[in-house]
Amino acid sequence: MPGVYSCYARRYARLVTMPTNAPTAHALGDVTASDSTLRRFLHGLPGVDAVGLEARAASLGTRSIKTTAKAYAIDLAISMVDLTTLEGADTPGKVRALGAKAVRPDPTDRTSPSTAAVCVYPDMVATAKEAVAGSSVKVASVATAFPAGRAALDVKLADVRDAVAAGADEIDMVIDRGAFLAGKYMKVYDEIVAVKEASGAARLKVIFETGELSTYDNIRRASWLGMLAGADFIKTSTGKVAVNATPANTLLMLEAVRDFREQTGIQVGVKPAGGIRTSKDAVKFLVIVNETAGEDWLDNHWFRFGASSLLNDLLMQRQKLATGRYSGPDYVTVD
Amino acid sequence: MSDRLSVFKTYKLYVGGKFPRSESGRVYEVTDSKGKWLANAPQASRKDARDAVVAARKAFGGWSGATAYNRGQILYRIAEMLEGRKDQFVREVADAEGLSKSKAAAVVDAAIDRWVWYAGWTDKIAQVVGGANPVAGPYFNLSSPEPTGVVTVLAPQESSFLGLISVVAPVIATGNTVIVIASENSPLPALSLGEVLATSDLPGGVVNVLSGKTAEIAAPLAAHQDVNAIDLAGADEVLAKDLEIAAADNLKRVLRPQPVDYTETPGTERLTAFLETKTVWHPTGSLGVGGSSY
Repeated sequence: MPGVYSCYARRYARLVTMPTNAPTAHALGDVTASDSTLRRFLHGLPGVDAVGLEARAASLGTRSIKTTAKAYAIDLAISMVDLTTLEGADTPGKVRALGAKAVRPDPTDRTSPSTAAVCVYPDMVATAKEAVAGSSVKVASVATAFPAGRAALDVKLADVRDAVAAGADEIDMVIDRGAFLAGKYMKVYDEIVAVKEASGAARLKVIFETGELSTYDNIRRASWLGMLAGADFIKTSTGKVAVNATPANTLLMLEAVRDFREQTGIQVGVKPAGGIRTSKDAVKFLVIVNETAGEDWLDNHWFRFGASSLLNDLLMQRQKLATGRYSGPDYVTVD
Repeated sequence: MSDRLSVFKTYKLYVGGKFPRSESGRVYEVTDSKGKWLANAPQASRKDARDAVVAARKAFGGWSGATAYNRGQILYRIAEMLEGRKDQFVREVADAEGLSKSKAAAVVDAAIDRWVWYAGWTDKIAQVVGGANPVAGPYFNLSSPEPTGVVTVLAPQESSFLGLISVVAPVIATGNTVIVIASENSPLPALSLGEVLATSDLPGGVVNVLSGKTAEIAAPLAAHQDVNAIDLAGADEVLAKDLEIAAADNLKRVLRPQPVDYTETPGTERLTAFLETKTVWHPTGSLGVGGSSY
């Protein structure tokens, strides 16, 4: 394995992490054989050049996206939103309202696309499912003792099975950050594998809570760990801690999915969540997706925004483009 | 001998309690009444206008929710701060309007007095234009004035300071927040007013000062769906008509330009122009079987 990665020394200064002689899918199959091989693989991943990463993310954020390109980007972003409500105060009424909004975000404009999904707690899945019935909108449910993930595995799996039984199309799980930070990678891996199995046909999004992982190196390791364990999506955060999705950590995860597909042929989606509130931010993320992972990810099957207030800003920008006049919060729904 | 280098002041916009340059990076030359260069002023763009609306909307909840008494105290505090920087304003007004120093001082005094006058009105206007209405039923029926919301003000073009204060103070006295477009040729007193407001306990975003081409900034604001009213004091006849048409789409309140002598003591018209009347019916209390309450 060290031989395989010696090429990184030469490429370390650059942010691009694509190894020239990539390990085969077979080699990646081996890395999860035992705790020590997994650790060796994750720690053998090249270190992240933090300054370069942030500079790259910032420079991609300066692209000017105007007129027709902007209209396209806004519609694409709307179609990628996982409209989320994860509050203790969620009521069936609120979830129904959210479902209606997801299906038809702007009732005054039939041309606006639907969002990708609504994202709720497991006990609200049935209500949400009913609210979006007959539309393309999926129901995603957080599970595994979201957001802290501090519960026994049995409890987490029961949480997942509940959500799936209620009709969830997608499961957003949280990893055990405590175990990850303590270096027990195999425990985290096994847990993701178990949740993946319990999810059945539902697509699995794995939340790393990047704000709690302290370093970019850890985010890269977590990304690979999640993908090796069979994640369909890797997701930045729960939205419940101080630091959520940033352009830099999303860029890092996009590099990971790009490299993973290069090596294994398996495509994995990315979902930044939390803290994305304006259309401008959303468009910056789309630029990063296009420039990092490529056009294949510019689709709501492979890229999502976990957000709630973002949708209103996208709709106001959409109205501005359609009418030429600045819109205001009086013309979108209050969630 | 004095070979000290002069320190030029960079005039900036005042938006959301901060002093940004124009987003566009543009400036334009401001001259005195005789054409001598005074300073470069920021030339705001429609994006600066949009940012100002966001700031004004954000500030509206807190400012309109503050007690009228508290608003009065803050307005009075602004007058105190103006008093302390009187020399600067006298100089700027003299340059802008071509007045002698003593005449400019009289204008600044009048402006500060005008501010105090409106400060006094904050907790009195509700008694004048609101009240209890007589109704035939067991109800209290009360009308009370409420602020209209975010108001765009085109400041008078000629009276760069007294006129400015005469149109801004009444709007915020009643709890509205304001985006004011300074006099196009004489924006410096308005931009300096921003510096006074920033140090007077006035929450950021309650007053936002933009300078630049009046017609360019006013057009997007008149059409803006999140602006509730517009005062066209500084618009000429053609511009006023265009802006009124643009303002019609979201039913903005429009105060048309009218000839005003800003040296005269005003009435309450500018206070009431941006107030909405809320009327509530309130039961007098549950009636007992005997027909009396309690």
